[in-house]
Amino acid sequence: MPVGSSKFAANDVLDLIKTDPVCIRAKSVTTAQSVKSDASEKAKAGSGLHATVPAGDRTYEGGGRALWRIWLMALGYRVRLPIAVMAVIVAAILQLFIPLFLGSAVDNAMGLLGGSEAGLGAVKDALLLAALLVLGTSILRGLFTLLFNYQAEAMGQSIAYQLRLAYFDKLQRLSFSYHDQVHSGDLMTRGMLDIEGVRRFIEHGIIRVIQLAVLIGVGAWLYMGSDPLLGFLCLSFVPFAVWRAGVFRLRLRALWKVLQERLSVLTRVMEENLGGIRVVRAFSGQDFEMKKFDERSEATLEIAMQRVSVRYSNTSVMTYSYFLAMGLVLWVGGLRVIDGLITVGELTQFLAFMTVLQMPIRQTGMVINGIARASVSGLRLFEILDMDPAVMEKPDAAELQLSNGALEFHDVGFSYSGFPGEHTVSNLSFKVAKGETLGIVGPPGSGKSTIAHLIPRFYDVTEGSISIDGQDIRDITLDSLRTHVGLVQQDTFLFTTEISNNVAYGEPWADSARIVRATDSAQLHDYIAGLPEDYETMVGERGVSLSGGQRQRLSIARSVMLTPSIMVFDDSTAAVDAATEMRIREALKDLTHNRATIIISHRLASLMHADQIIFLDDGAIVERGSHEELLALGGRYRALYDLQIGAAREGAHA
Amino acid sequence: MLNPSRETARVARGGASGLRGEELFGTAFDGKVMGRFLYFVRPYRQVLTIAVLAVLAFTLTQIAVPLVIRMIIDDALIGDAANRDILQMAAIGFFGVVTVNYVANYIQLVTVAKTAERILIDIRRAMYAHLQHVSLSFMDKTEVGRLMSRLQGDVGSLQEFLETSIFAIGDIVLLIGIVTVMVILDWQLGLLTLSVVPILLVIRVVWLPIAKRAFMRARETSSMVNGALAENINGVRTVQEMTRQQINYDAFEGKVMDNLLAHLRASRLAQIMVPTVDTLTGGAMAIVIIIGGNLVLDRSLDVGVMVAFLFYIQRFFDPIRSLTMQYSVMQRAMASGQRIFEVLDVKVEVEDKPDAATLDDADGSVEFKDVTFGYVKGQAVLKNINFRIEQGETIALVGPTGSGKTSTTALLHRFYDVWQGQIMVGGKDVRDVTQESLGQHVAMVLQEPFLFTGTVFENIRYRSTEAGMDKIVAAAKAVGAHDFIMALPDGYDAILGQRGGNLSIGQRQLISFARAIVADAKILVLDEATANVDSFTERDIQQALARTLKGRTGIVIAHRLATVRHADRIIVLQDGAITETGTHEELLDLGGLYHRLHAMNYASFDDVGEGKAAAETVALGE
Repeated sequence: MPVGSSKFAANDVLDLIKTDPVCIRAKSVTTAQSVKSDASEKAKAGSGLHATVPAGDRTYEGGGRALWRIWLMALGYRVRLPIAVMAVIVAAILQLFIPLFLGSAVDNAMGLLGGSEAGLGAVKDALLLAALLVLGTSILRGLFTLLFNYQAEAMGQSIAYQLRLAYFDKLQRLSFSYHDQVHSGDLMTRGMLDIEGVRRFIEHGIIRVIQLAVLIGVGAWLYMGSDPLLGFLCLSFVPFAVWRAGVFRLRLRALWKVLQERLSVLTRVMEENLGGIRVVRAFSGQDFEMKKFDERSEATLEIAMQRVSVRYSNTSVMTYSYFLAMGLVLWVGGLRVIDGLITVGELTQFLAFMTVLQMPIRQTGMVINGIARASVSGLRLFEILDMDPAVMEKPDAAELQLSNGALEFHDVGFSYSGFPGEHTVSNLSFKVAKGETLGIVGPPGSGKSTIAHLIPRFYDVTEGSISIDGQDIRDITLDSLRTHVGLVQQDTFLFTTEISNNVAYGEPWADSARIVRATDSAQLHDYIAGLPEDYETMVGERGVSLSGGQRQRLSIARSVMLTPSIMVFDDSTAAVDAATEMRIREALKDLTHNRATIIISHRLASLMHADQIIFLDDGAIVERGSHEELLALGGRYRALYDLQIGAAREGAHA
Repeated sequence: MLNPSRETARVARGGASGLRGEELFGTAFDGKVMGRFLYFVRPYRQVLTIAVLAVLAFTLTQIAVPLVIRMIIDDALIGDAANRDILQMAAIGFFGVVTVNYVANYIQLVTVAKTAERILIDIRRAMYAHLQHVSLSFMDKTEVGRLMSRLQGDVGSLQEFLETSIFAIGDIVLLIGIVTVMVILDWQLGLLTLSVVPILLVIRVVWLPIAKRAFMRARETSSMVNGALAENINGVRTVQEMTRQQINYDAFEGKVMDNLLAHLRASRLAQIMVPTVDTLTGGAMAIVIIIGGNLVLDRSLDVGVMVAFLFYIQRFFDPIRSLTMQYSVMQRAMASGQRIFEVLDVKVEVEDKPDAATLDDADGSVEFKDVTFGYVKGQAVLKNINFRIEQGETIALVGPTGSGKTSTTALLHRFYDVWQGQIMVGGKDVRDVTQESLGQHVAMVLQEPFLFTGTVFENIRYRSTEAGMDKIVAAAKAVGAHDFIMALPDGYDAILGQRGGNLSIGQRQLISFARAIVADAKILVLDEATANVDSFTERDIQQALARTLKGRTGIVIAHRLATVRHADRIIVLQDGAITETGTHEELLDLGGLYHRLHAMNYASFDDVGEGKAAAETVALGE
């Protein structure tokens, strides 16, 4: 009988995504404490980046396998689980004794056992004894119930802890190719609701099933012994209830799955509407959007209604079967009392035994529902936890050894699995040495960004290889590779935290002088200094919003902080004006002279000073050479130059 | 060097003027919230009356069960009175009672749950519909996540509240019923047995505030964990680029551990009530056994009454328990209700007049008459703006960041209402026409292309649901998007990922261009839309736009020289005022800001207005 816990937990689930600064810099990183009684289990989960849950067969289909794995996780709790199981057994047995004491008390009260006046004292003593036994048993039962409830909940919470960490860790390591395909809202649902589903199963599912089994099994043994027919009648509703519960489980599970899917569509529709509210307004799309919402909303309501019907028609019919059985016990038992076969006290025993069964049977609905949910949730979770990142480190991967920092593409080919044909590159070969700058230009979709993503191994090449200082990037550790490659993207994600933390995101321990130096090179320092709380100003969802150009400059500053030996600017100045960009380039000169730099841009002014320029089209290099060479070539580059710069010049001198 | 741009002006730190914080526990009863909540309940009052009747029937039959048992024992089974006929009748009576109980139970559960689901949808719909019309400045300063938590979490806790309050009626009736029956059956034994109730009440009064704090802490840590998870999911690319995995993992582990410990503490506090209630139940039963047993021995109490008492005792702690829990449910519901009504109360600043006209036959002319406007009181972003654009004319808006270009176009679409002056579209004041028809008259391409999850076709068509495939294809061809769309695996039926994530920014932009073309409006507004497209695409778009703009009025917020040069007229904005107007050549001859911007720039006007760049731009000119 969980008192308040289930209710407040239900609301935790609904507690929604409130963004919270994740990028706490070193100063406030909370030290993880471990729960002492669970030290051994925790050691497994909390030892570091590679938190694990038992691996399972990757090809399973049914939720049964998911439940089995959850059970295996519970088995890992070598102290809590046995305590919980023992406590629930003891509590159930104690509970089964209370009706016996009550029955004997009734018989005593009726003076049937004492019989004569002389026995009155003995009867009163027996009453007193029965009262004390009832009281004592109740207290003990309460304590054991507390014990198993708490242990079960602690186990559930600890497993949720394990799963949260493993899930978090896995998401961080899954490659871009995975994140390209999934919706962040879906990942969030799994991380919140599905972990919650598994937790509740551990808390209520496993232990309640044992409780029910003991109550029915031991109860049958205790009560059938004294009167087989009455004992049988007491339990006669159990097969019916279990059968209903079984059917119910299957239907609820199917409905839950559909509901989950429809809810996530509804969530997505709402999120996109609110996020794209300007588009909605710009097209006066409100009525259209309301229609879309109503459709989705009705679709979820339909399933929610079906769930209500299925769930409650079952619980009510199960309760009914219970009461019908009680009616039979009363009737048959009454006849037996009239016939003198049993005493009123014994009849009371049977009736009280049935009251003991009432609560757990009533909870079967909840338990079944929980099992149904957990099998779906488990499946959804393990699907991700079992996934191998597309980009994996070799077991014997070495640290990147840098000498001259030269980057080289050898016949590189690549295609995204998502949209093949579109972002594919093929037969790419080039070399950028330390101190050199390579410019890449080309129409959208020609594969420029793909190149940028291949260097830090966000995707693996499908053909050829990429090497740094002669070491294939697939042979070195991801950490050392990514520390040495600084990628500045066109889209910049701001974390909800102070601007300084955002700049120092990759170097959280950097001192403020370094941060200022980086923002200064990125031409962002003056802007920050002008903010109300300069470097302590909050940015991100709940803070100041930065313009596209400012965000890009922040992204540049972020990468500069890392002092990487290879810098890749992926159209990272598209929203920065030409004059500022020039200043950024000047400022970065000191930094770039001893590293390899790649500048991807469709603005020629950004890259025409490069030592070598590649013109990319449809994933292949169509022209290469220095600015002057390419101009002299009179090809695609020249045409682009005329279009961009020529036109501007011509206008300026008009 | 304070930047007067709009972004800084609307900083609103911590959302001071946005929505309130998420305090979890407040008052348990708030008349205003209840009153407004009833507004949503009212349409269902008939169904709910049935539900309440079912709850009462269910409760009364529950109270009746031990009474029937008592009757059987005392009237049919004991001593000389032993009587098979009475037993048979009582047993049939019992079946009757439990059958009513079954029917009432089914009705109460199903009607309450279904009605709660419906009310939940109604409330959510009301909020959502309201958000479609509230002022954009509210939407700008409120994160989507917070709105979502109101639409889902808060509405959910109201649903829980509604369900439990109806059952609470049953609990109260059950409690009163049991007490009444016990006192009637034997008032002395009844009162003695009930003496344990005040003990439980006292214990719960002491326990509740402590437990509540623990529950609140548990909830807080949960939302911290979820918040951290959400941010890491959204920023996962940056996390990997910056190799922050280990640091983030460690920070997350700290949060998850806090969460675990908080939940364990909450669990301990919750579980402590279990032995307490069991002890009191045992105590009450012990009282019945000793006192009741002796009364039975003295023949002053029927044994059936004693048995009935034992049955009642096992019942009457349930309602007390759920009723005290109801208190927290109510507190939570009141807090949620406040947050929900806060959203519903956000003022809709732009509303249609009751007699608003439509723009059906209006032309595409635009006129700003002495317009003054701002987002924050006392800080005008646009000051006395006057200009007129004739039907079919294309004008370019040029100026540094924060000069008011975006605000100008937003006003044209009546995203906001002007402070002073008047904006005329097609010869009519935008405040005198319906927003719906204004929206059909003015199409917009926003700075950041926003795509919805769905097919390419659906995205281009958007709200013009009557447009067929031919029209969509024609629009895509006009902007040069057709080729890359056809290269997608399913062509126009290809599903776009979240916000079009599987397309390049340039491609997303082309799709949003096509969308504006399909909307087929007389006036087309392009808000900095060319910033991220490469020169070739841009040239294609410009050709396409020249075709699309034929016969339409065009207003382009321009960054690129190429765009500007194709315009019929250029309006230069600076600090919210028009400083120069004319053709490209005229403005170059004028030698003003436009000339300076032009001279120092290769191909773009972006971002000049900030920090050093602005300072130096001005310095250069002086």
